[in-house]
Amino acid sequence: MSNKNVFFNPFSKNNPVIVQILGICSVLAVTAKLEPALVMGLSVIAVLAFSNVIISLIRNTIPTNIRIIVQLVVVAGLVVIVSQLLEAYAYNVSKQLSVFIGLIITNCILMGRLEAFAMANRPWPSFLDGVGNGVGYAIILVIVGFFREILGSGTLFGFQLIPQSFYDAGYVNNGLMILPPMALIVVACIIWVHRSYNKDLQDQH
Amino acid sequence: MENLNLFIRSIFVDNMIFAYFLGMCSFIAVSKNVKTAFGLGIAVTFMLTITLPINYLLETYVLRQGALTWLSADFADVDLSFLSLIVFIAVIASMTQLVEMVVEKYAPALYSSLGIFLPLIAVNCAILGGSLFMQQRDFASVGTAVCAGAGWGIGWLLAITAVAAVRERVAQYSNVPGPLRGVGITFIITALMGIAFMSFLGIKI
Repeated sequence: MSNKNVFFNPFSKNNPVIVQILGICSVLAVTAKLEPALVMGLSVIAVLAFSNVIISLIRNTIPTNIRIIVQLVVVAGLVVIVSQLLEAYAYNVSKQLSVFIGLIITNCILMGRLEAFAMANRPWPSFLDGVGNGVGYAIILVIVGFFREILGSGTLFGFQLIPQSFYDAGYVNNGLMILPPMALIVVACIIWVHRSYNKDLQDQH
Repeated sequence: MENLNLFIRSIFVDNMIFAYFLGMCSFIAVSKNVKTAFGLGIAVTFMLTITLPINYLLETYVLRQGALTWLSADFADVDLSFLSLIVFIAVIASMTQLVEMVVEKYAPALYSSLGIFLPLIAVNCAILGGSLFMQQRDFASVGTAVCAGAGWGIGWLLAITAVAAVRERVAQYSNVPGPLRGVGITFIITALMGIAFMSFLGIKI
């Protein structure tokens, strides 16, 4: 696979969230508003890219038996750095994300990419793979966050987008969109649209 | 009484799947049939019930600010909580390994029925999520931690078994639109069940 494919495939054809079905937990939990969704996406891109590079650099020295623990420790170290940075520079967002920053450690995308790619490839392609998959994840996060915030609260990034005259005319925010189960339905709709364009991804039964 | 209340709440109201969407990756991948789903559910329940009290003890006597005062009064302002992510994940990974070895030695039948699910549990977000919620909510005692862990585990077991049962029927009898087959419809089933579980909100005993 060329470096270009490594970078661009995860955007759509091999998207980590809607095709590989990895890292769903955080997609569902942090997307009630657009801002935390974006911050979460950026944090995952950073952690994924750097953990891929680190594991790729030491891949030949890791004993196979304990590789999961080594991977977990590398990832946990990076996540601690990210969470301390967020607490220092974006305290409100880090409060909103609460435990989900810590849960990046067990985000299946990370383990999946480390196992499937970084353990077998050189650092530069691993970096591209990490960034590509991170961006693929962030795209879905932002789409879901966009729809849930605009339909659920009528705002984007906290700015009122739906004018007051709409509300005066009887328009009501869809409170259901704020609730967690609606995130699943939005993701299901994204999968629906995506798979009707990519027929080869459809299941047979 | 307090603990019983917490136990029931953890199963129905704070359900790991339907309220927080933790452990979704393995949830989607393994819920194809009831038998394997049940096996994974048992393993998750078991791990949550033992890792939560261990992490609770570590949090109370080692990590929290001033937790080390039982050693000597000089440690009163030592705050190790930035290490908690790494400590928690290390406990979970090593407990998984330990439980795997013990089960293999003393209960080979159970071991072969759980199969590959045991090692995979180390990276199940529900387990780490349980410990992080424990840290966030300041539980009163070890008993509380055990009750919450068992409750969350049973809630997860209940959710995966129920969804697996529905999925079995859907695969057999219904004509799902092509792009939604497999993953898409599973998301929608989970979302509908999540909405149904919301009717448990506000339960008190």
